[in-house]
Amino acid sequence: MNTVYGINGPVVKVKDTKDFSMMEKVFVGNKRLIGEVISITSDETTIQVYESTTGLKPGEPVIGSKAPMSVVLGPGIISNIFDGIERPLRSLETLTGAFIAEGTTVAVLETDRKWNVTLTVKQGDYLTGGQIYATCPETEVVEHRCLLHPDLKGEVIKVSPDGEYTVNDVICVIKDSLGEEHELTLKHEWPIKQPRPFVSRRPINTPLITGQRVIDTILPIAKGGTAAIPGGFGTGKTMTQHQLAKWCDADIIVYIGCGERGNEMTQVLEEFSGLIDPRTNKPLTARTVLIANTSNMPVAAREASIYTGITLAEYYRDMGYHIAIMADSTSRWAEALREISGRLEEMPAEEGFPAYLPSRLSEFYERAGYVDTFSGNAGSVTIIGAVSPQGSDFSEPVTQNTKRFVRCFWELDKSLAYARHYPAINWNDSYSEYADDLAEYYIDNVNMDFMKYRQQISNILHEESKLMEIVKLIGSDVLPEDQKLVMEIAAVVRTGFLQQNAYHKDDTYVPLDKQFRMMNSILFLYSQCKFALSEGVMVSDITKSGLFDRVIKMKYDIPNDKPEMFHTLEAEIETTLKGLKPE
Amino acid sequence: MALQYVGLNEINGPLVVLDNVTNAFYDEVVEIRLENGTSRMGRVVEITGRRVVLQVFEGTKGLSLENTRTRFTGHPMEMPLSGDLLGRVFSGAGKPIDALGEIYAEKSADINGKPLNPVSREYPRNYIRTGISAIDALMTLIRGQKLPIFSGSGLSHNKLAVQIVRQAQISEDSGEDFAIVFAAMGVKNDVADYFRKSFEESGVLQKVVMFLNLSNDPIIERILTPRCALTVAEYLAYEKNMHILVILTDMTSYAEAVREFSSSKGEIPGRKGFPGYLYSDLASIYERAGIINTAKGSVTQIPILTMPNDDITHPVPDLTGYITEGQIVLDRNLDQTGVYPSISILPSLSRLMKDGIGEGYTRIDHNDVSNQLFASYAKVQDARALAQVIGEDELSPTDKAFMKFGLLFEQHFVAQRPDENRTIEETLDLGWSLLSTLPRESLDRVNEQMLNEHYDENAAEKFS
Repeated sequence: MNTVYGINGPVVKVKDTKDFSMMEKVFVGNKRLIGEVISITSDETTIQVYESTTGLKPGEPVIGSKAPMSVVLGPGIISNIFDGIERPLRSLETLTGAFIAEGTTVAVLETDRKWNVTLTVKQGDYLTGGQIYATCPETEVVEHRCLLHPDLKGEVIKVSPDGEYTVNDVICVIKDSLGEEHELTLKHEWPIKQPRPFVSRRPINTPLITGQRVIDTILPIAKGGTAAIPGGFGTGKTMTQHQLAKWCDADIIVYIGCGERGNEMTQVLEEFSGLIDPRTNKPLTARTVLIANTSNMPVAAREASIYTGITLAEYYRDMGYHIAIMADSTSRWAEALREISGRLEEMPAEEGFPAYLPSRLSEFYERAGYVDTFSGNAGSVTIIGAVSPQGSDFSEPVTQNTKRFVRCFWELDKSLAYARHYPAINWNDSYSEYADDLAEYYIDNVNMDFMKYRQQISNILHEESKLMEIVKLIGSDVLPEDQKLVMEIAAVVRTGFLQQNAYHKDDTYVPLDKQFRMMNSILFLYSQCKFALSEGVMVSDITKSGLFDRVIKMKYDIPNDKPEMFHTLEAEIETTLKGLKPE
Repeated sequence: MALQYVGLNEINGPLVVLDNVTNAFYDEVVEIRLENGTSRMGRVVEITGRRVVLQVFEGTKGLSLENTRTRFTGHPMEMPLSGDLLGRVFSGAGKPIDALGEIYAEKSADINGKPLNPVSREYPRNYIRTGISAIDALMTLIRGQKLPIFSGSGLSHNKLAVQIVRQAQISEDSGEDFAIVFAAMGVKNDVADYFRKSFEESGVLQKVVMFLNLSNDPIIERILTPRCALTVAEYLAYEKNMHILVILTDMTSYAEAVREFSSSKGEIPGRKGFPGYLYSDLASIYERAGIINTAKGSVTQIPILTMPNDDITHPVPDLTGYITEGQIVLDRNLDQTGVYPSISILPSLSRLMKDGIGEGYTRIDHNDVSNQLFASYAKVQDARALAQVIGEDELSPTDKAFMKFGLLFEQHFVAQRPDENRTIEETLDLGWSLLSTLPRESLDRVNEQMLNEHYDENAAEKFS
C-alpha cells in the first residue's frame, strides 16, 4: 500500500511507487482527502491536496482512483452551488454545518430526485459520442439533454419507456462495435483539464448582448468570444460581472467565484433568486450555476475551480446552449498556480509566477468558442475573466499574459471609480477586436447607421481627450466656442451614455434599440448646437438653458418601452436652441 | 505519557528540525522543555518521512542541540474557550497574562478555524452607526463586514478606531450582547496602553478580550495572534450570539512576521520578499468576518494597517484591499491641515454599503447624497489641479464654486471632534447643505424631486 511520506501545506509526497499516473485523482490519508497527482519521478510522487492537511500523518494511506480529476455531468447542475471540485455546498451544509469539514464526501447530484425523462432514441438507432439520447426539464428554463459520453458509440439495444428516473437509473443500453454493452444513466463524467470535443468552430458574428451601453455599443463582445476585465480593488470588477451575469442574453451563466469574498457569493445567491430574467420571466437562478471557492477555502481547489467551471459550460454548450462564464478572478487562480509551484520548488519566472503561466492562461481562454456540436446543435462558450492586477499595475504578468489571449479588454479605471462613474470602463485604453466581426449584425438587426454613429461617438470622446490636455494646462475658458461645445457634448456622452446606473429600474438594462436612439439624440443635439453656434448662440447660454442636463437625464426620463419619447426630446432640443438665438 | 525526544538536529531562525520522529502529524503542537525548566510551544510545519520541521513560537534563543526535550501534544494549536473570556488579557499565542489564572474552558477549538460555507452565510445588511459623518454617509460600516483602515505612521488611525468602537457600541440597537476582541500585533506598548485606557474610559473594558503581541514580543507568536483572536470572536458570535467587533492592529507587522518566517523556511519570495501565499494567508484571517444563518451574532472586523511609505500599492494594503469589503484610507495632507478624522474620501469605499442604506435602513436619500458628494468631490480635485497650474483667480465661476465646496466639505463634513457623535439625519442634512453651495445644475446624480425637496438656495450662509 502507498503511504504518505512528506507533508508541506497542500503538497503531499509519496515515496517509491509506480502506481500513480499524472493528473490522477487520489484519496489521501484516513480522512480520504481529495488530491491530484501533479508530478512523478522514479522515487517520489507529488500530490496536491484539495483540502486542509492539518492532522495528516506520514504513514497514512494514499489510494488512487485510476481516473483523472473529473466532474459529474447530469441534470441538477443548474441552480446549484458547488465548491471548486464540484461538491454541492448545500449538501455539505446539511452534513457538516456552517463550516466545511475536510474529508467530506457527498454525491454531486441529488440521488433521490426524480426527473421527468423523455427518451429520444429507439432500439436499433446508432448513437455516436455527444449525441442526445434523452431529455428532461432541469429548471423552468433549461431543458437538460443527456449526451452520450464523447468516447462512446454503438447501437441502442434497450430503451426504457419515458417516465420518472433518478440520475443513477439505467435508461438505455448501447452495444459498441466490440460487442461490449454500456448502460446509460442520466449522467456521465468528464476530466476537467481536457476540453470536450466538438465538430468544428463557427465564425464569430453574433454579439453577446449585455444591455450595458459602454459594452454593447463601444466595446462589444461576441458569443463565443473572450474578454478580460482588469481593475484594481474597488474599481467595480465584481459589480460589472454581476451586471453581465444578470442581463446578458446567454442561455446559461456559469459564475465562478475563484478565491474571492464569501459575502459576494452569498449576495449572488440572494440577489439572483430575487431577480427575474426579462427574456424568460423566470428567476435568474433558473439559468445560473455557481462555483464558489472563496479565498479562505483550500488553495488547490481554487486552481481546480476554473477548470470545473469551464467543463460544466462545455457540457451545456454541447447540448446547444449559449453559455457565458464569469471568472472572478483569474488572478487568484494564477496565484494558486504560483503557490503550488512554490511548494514544489519550481524555478519561478516573472514575479514568482511559474514559467507555464501563459500556456495555462491560453489553454483556458481557448476553450471559448462558437461551435457546431456532435448533438447537431450549435452552441457557444463566452469567457469573461476578471483580472486583479497587483498594486493596480497593468504591466504585471497576469494582466499582460491575459491581454495576449483575449480579444476584448475592458480596463477599469480608478479615477472613474472614484468619481462613482460606473461601469468604470476606460473608453480610451480599452478595446474590442470584435467590432468588425459584429458590424453586420448591428447593421442588419438594429439600424444601418449603428456603426457610423458608434464611430462618431468615439470620435467625440477622442477629441475630448485631446482637448483635455490643453484644458489641464490653461483651463476651459480660453477654448474657442466650437471646442467648448465638443467638451460639453463629450460630457453628455460620458454621463448621459457611458455611465449607467445599475440600481435604476430602466437604466440597469438597456435594449440595443434604445442605445441606438440615445446615440442618435446626442448626435442630433451636437449637430443642432453646431448650427446654433453658427447663428451666434454661445455655449454658455446652452448650458444655462439646461438642455445638456435634459439630454443627460434621458436615460432615466425615457422608459425602455417608450421609444417614441425620443421624438419629443429631439423636438425639445430644436425649440430650446431656437429660443436662444440672439435677435 | 507521550514520547519525548531529547535534543534537536538543526536550528535555523525560528525553525528547528527533529529527526527520527514517528507519529507526528501536520500542524501538531509541540512543547519544548529546556533544561532550566522553562518551556516553549511550537508547531509542525513540514514533515518529510521521519524528519520534522518545527516552528518555535517564542523564538529559539537559548536552544541548543542538546538541552531540550520535545513532546508532541497530539492536537493542533487550540484556544480554550468559555463565556468568561470577556475582560481577560492574553499573550499573542493565547496564554493568559493578566494574573487571573488559566481559563476554565467549556471547549477548545483549532485556531485555524474552518472555511465558512458560502451558503451558510447571511448577507450583511444592518448598518452600524459610527457617528462619524464621513463613514456613515460615504462608506457605511455594515455588521458582519470587514472594513480596514489604511493608514500611515503618525496618522490618527488609533484615535479613529477608538471613536468607532465607543460610538458604535452606544448606538440604539447594539443592545447588551456587544463585545470587542482586540488583537495587537507588533504594536508599541504605548499604543496598547492607549487602547486599554480608552476602553476603560468608555466603560467597555469588561466587554473586551485583548490579545497583546507587542513589538518586542516574539515574531512567530504574531502569526498566531489574529487566529486566536478570531477563534474567540467566532465562538462568542456563533455560540454565544454576541455582536463582536474585532480590531486587528497592525496587519503590516503581521505580514512582515509571515515574511520573516517564510524566508527562514527558505521559500521562494514573491513581491517585496513576501511569500506567494500571502493572499491566501490574509484571506484566511479576513474571511472570518461575517454572519451565519444559524446564529444571531456577527463578527465585524476593523483591521488597521500602516502603509509603508504611504504607498497603497505595497503588497499588504494591496492584497488586503482585494479581500476586504472596502477600505477607509487616511490621508497625510488632510491630517496636516488639521482635519480629524483625516479620511481621504475618494479612494475609500464600503462595498456592502449599497444594500444596507436607504429606505428602511438609513434614509431614502442616502444613496443619492453619497453618490453626489463623491462625484462633486471628484470634480474638486480637477479644479484644484487646474488651479495649481493657472492660479485660482483664473478659474471659471463653476470651478471656483467647486474649490469653495471642497474646502467647506473637508472642514465641516469630514472633520469632526473626537467626541462628536452625529446622527445619520444630521450627517445627511449636512451633506445636502454642502451640496447646496454648488450651482443646482451641477448636481447630476440626483433627480429633480430630490433636489426640490433638499436643495437649499441659502445654504451657503450657514457656512460663512
